Amino acid sequence: MRPTACGEPASKGAREDCGGAHPHFLLDVLRTQDMSDFSEELTRPESEDDQEEASTVSGTRVYFPWLQKHLDTVATGGKKKKDFAQTTGACLSFIREALLKHQWQQAAEYMHSYLQILEDFDSNQRQTAPEIIWKLGSEILFYHPKSSVETFNTFADQMKNIGVLNYLKISLQHALYLIHCGKLEEASRNLSQAETWRYGEKSSSQEMLINLAQAYKGLLEYFSWSKKKMELSKLDKDDYAYSTEARNIFSHSWKTSVNFSALIKTPGVWDPFVKSYVEMLEFYGDRDGARKVLTSYAYDEKFPSNPNAHIYLYNFLKREKAPRAKLLSVLKILYQIVPSHKLMLEFHMLLRKSEKEEHHKLGLEVLFGLLDFAGCTKNITAWKYLASYLRQILMENRVAWVQEEWKSRRNWWPAFHFSYFWAKSDWKEDKDLAYEKALVAGMLLGKGYRYFRYILKQDHHDLRKKIKQMKKSVKKYSIVKPAV
Amino acid sequence: MELEEAKELKERCSQCDAISWGLTEEGKYYCTSCHNVTERSKEVINTDIIPNTKIKSISRGLKRKSKLEKGWDWYVCEGFQHILCQQAEVLKTLGVAPELKNEVLHNFWKRYLQKSKQAYCANPVYTSGRKAQVLKDNVHHSDWASGSELLSDASCASSLESGAESKSDVPTPKPFPALRTPQSVAASVCSGSLDGMEYSEWKEKGILKMTVPGTLALCYLSLLWQREAVTLSDLLRFVEEDHIPYIKAFQSFPEEMKLYGRDKGIFAIESWPDYEEIYKHMFEIATFLDLPRFPDITEDCFLHPNILCVKYLMEANLPVLGTEVRASHTPDEMHGLTHQVTKMTGLGDVDSLTFDPIAKGAQTVKYDVQAIALIVVVLKLLFLLDDNLEWSLSDLAEVNNEKNKTDKPWFSFRKWYQVMKKSVDEKKQNWEEARAKYLWKSEKPLYHSHIDKPGASKRREMVVNLQKQFSTLADSAPTIEKKSPSSFQFHWAEDDPSRPCFHGHSLQGILVKKGPALVTKNSLYWLSTQKFCRSYCKHVTTYEESNFSLSYQFILNLFSFLLRIKAALLHDEVSLIEKKLFKKKYSETKKNSRSRRR
Repeated sequence: MRPTACGEPASKGAREDCGGAHPHFLLDVLRTQDMSDFSEELTRPESEDDQEEASTVSGTRVYFPWLQKHLDTVATGGKKKKDFAQTTGACLSFIREALLKHQWQQAAEYMHSYLQILEDFDSNQRQTAPEIIWKLGSEILFYHPKSSVETFNTFADQMKNIGVLNYLKISLQHALYLIHCGKLEEASRNLSQAETWRYGEKSSSQEMLINLAQAYKGLLEYFSWSKKKMELSKLDKDDYAYSTEARNIFSHSWKTSVNFSALIKTPGVWDPFVKSYVEMLEFYGDRDGARKVLTSYAYDEKFPSNPNAHIYLYNFLKREKAPRAKLLSVLKILYQIVPSHKLMLEFHMLLRKSEKEEHHKLGLEVLFGLLDFAGCTKNITAWKYLASYLRQILMENRVAWVQEEWKSRRNWWPAFHFSYFWAKSDWKEDKDLAYEKALVAGMLLGKGYRYFRYILKQDHHDLRKKIKQMKKSVKKYSIVKPAV
Repeated sequence: MELEEAKELKERCSQCDAISWGLTEEGKYYCTSCHNVTERSKEVINTDIIPNTKIKSISRGLKRKSKLEKGWDWYVCEGFQHILCQQAEVLKTLGVAPELKNEVLHNFWKRYLQKSKQAYCANPVYTSGRKAQVLKDNVHHSDWASGSELLSDASCASSLESGAESKSDVPTPKPFPALRTPQSVAASVCSGSLDGMEYSEWKEKGILKMTVPGTLALCYLSLLWQREAVTLSDLLRFVEEDHIPYIKAFQSFPEEMKLYGRDKGIFAIESWPDYEEIYKHMFEIATFLDLPRFPDITEDCFLHPNILCVKYLMEANLPVLGTEVRASHTPDEMHGLTHQVTKMTGLGDVDSLTFDPIAKGAQTVKYDVQAIALIVVVLKLLFLLDDNLEWSLSDLAEVNNEKNKTDKPWFSFRKWYQVMKKSVDEKKQNWEEARAKYLWKSEKPLYHSHIDKPGASKRREMVVNLQKQFSTLADSAPTIEKKSPSSFQFHWAEDDPSRPCFHGHSLQGILVKKGPALVTKNSLYWLSTQKFCRSYCKHVTTYEESNFSLSYQFILNLFSFLLRIKAALLHDEVSLIEKKLFKKKYSETKKNSRSRRR
């Protein structure tokens, strides 16, 4: 799947997560499926539809085909289940239904009954229940109009202490909730507790969660650090307070970097952590450290493919004024992952400046590739680059390159970019864009093409000169030769 | 010497939980592991030494409470007795004749204890297999067995009356003597009752062990004996509606009757009673108790199909009132028809209705299921229920009702269906919600052993706390109020447009006059089954819902919901009645699925 937007694609950082915790919570609930006792019914493809419902639903009735079926199988066939299990199972379904319909009160009502699963004689149930209860309960408390931070805290504290398996996960989510509510100190305290928590031998999943808790703590520290940095920048250097503040900042960073380093060594997507960490390292002049972090984040094969990793590295290298070849190699990878990224324009310019011929050819490919995406159709810079580069290439008599790119696009670009509709609306909205596009259209489709002709027909005094020039270029360089 | 005496005290130390007592010079007990000295001195406990205080100290001993688990000494059968006592009390408040408890149920119970050799017999259970070693504090019991052979011993009646609380004044059954040396108590405290362990492992051929569902069966047997106006499905519905103690019945045991470990498996119930299961139990118990023939079910009894059918016709909102029934031979309303089918099939005979456990091939009638099945058969006779005729008859009725607004309206199956469908769906929805909201766990947590106790208590506490939290967030309106018990689940009112009543509608248009008698307009019939299952799986037929007409499915679902039974069970019963009604057709051709009536 190719991302369609030009903005920062792929994973959203944790900070964004805290801001928009809603979908995160809701989807989590729907994923509790595998924990429930009738997981089979729920892991069917329908559950995907339900997730969609979850985000859009508002008061419409959602039908749960598995609910009735489930009740029926219990009533009639197979091994007889205890009615206790039937009660809790039905409760779970009712809670889900209520959540999807945003009936928080009703969900709380069923929750009251569902809680008895914690006393199930079946110890398996007893063990898996806390996680489900936590997810459902936090969801209810998050949205319920009568709920408050205090209620949520009490609930979280109680849930943490049911069994040992969930302590870290709940602590972490609790902290995220607190961050969402703007209670940063409380969140930090929570994370410190989680960080020092131990139960038995450290298992790998525990270690991961502890690292995450640490990193979030680091992130909170980074937040206060960057706030201080802002204040510092406002202070006069000769000010008495300056030196103490500066010292403060120094002591701060050392702790924070420890917090980050454990997490970002483990494979994963850690954008916000990496970004903050690098910012701090750079601030204290540890360029080598920063480079190392970014390089391994981008190139380590154990890490999942992550466009942001390459973007961070590229931006860093740019700041460092690294040689062009280095920059190119970073962007080449990004081009493979996200050909629609706005950095592709920079990539194009770098390629143009390069001496190698293959780079010149790639430069054309990059522009065409970028404009394949719906999100970039109105990017005037891209069109400008394409127009001028096409002209240049055609001047250099490299028609074959253009033909090669055009071959696969001939069928759909005309309708996609150069329809009569677009000509009208482009002209209305942005004359410069229309001009650049018309030039490209002319060169690719010939001077008889309607987009080109439409623009040509428009008589505009500012552009008159340009349009005349355009007419000339098209006549001279168009790859479509007029029929003789 | 010191060690031996110290073993008398079986309690845990209040300081360190150890059970290791020594004696101080003053004769007081002290804990050998933490040197905590108790207030208790040796004389009070060790009753062997001072014979005169024996009796007094036994009664003290029985009621002795301690900080730890040791409550009263009690037996499993006393637990059941307590439950039965509560159930009987409730039945009494429901309007059942008061004799039910003290005469019928009490006698059944005593008979059970005797038959199962738990009490009222010379050699209580286990004594044959094991050495009868009478506990030192058992002196009190040694003389009761002789006097308790009389089943209807008046003094014994009070034992049921007061349940388990009056143990010290009434001979207490002492079924599993022995085996309780102090060591075994100290080492393995596996049940709160004295014999929980033995009881749960008790397997003896020919002995029927009492269970909690068994108590319901016993209650039903007493109701049947009394010919009370309560059917089995009613009884179970009262249980479900929490009127009759069952699921958490042990909760009302006196504080001192501690319940844990093995008792959990015996008394904790995690399912609602199931019709067929209780029915089976009832049958087994009746046979086990070797009960004589029950009082006759005659035409004036509630359980007779004639009366039950009227009840269920009213419940299901079918025409019953009608014009005065001139003679039972002219079926004017549905009741007349059920009456006639009952007669033709012989289901109304005293002999086939009366329960006689000892008789060969004995069989109890599922009175409620049978009455409903009769109604289903009549509905089939009238409307055929083939997803076709019932609707065209409804068209006729509606046309007539349009034209003729002054007369008694004709019964329209369609109108009835619409009303019933809506009401039943609502009821079912409420029922499902109520089931989902049911709280199964008792206030006092149940646990396996002392090791589990803190865990169980902690869980309990947590659940209570969490529940408190969520109940404040729930709808402030109280959840469905506890309904007062009623044998009717629906109420139909003439003047309520949301629940219109069809009782007064007439069957005109469905019945036609033929000579002096009325005959059904519909002359067709289809049999629910032609093959009866001969396997050992207990069911009579196989009911595959999708093979039947939608109307038939609806009617089976409606009625089986009323009785809280499976539709298949009702289908079985319908088939059995048809088999009797169309005996000839069954023996003749089996190919023709349609059969003319008469």
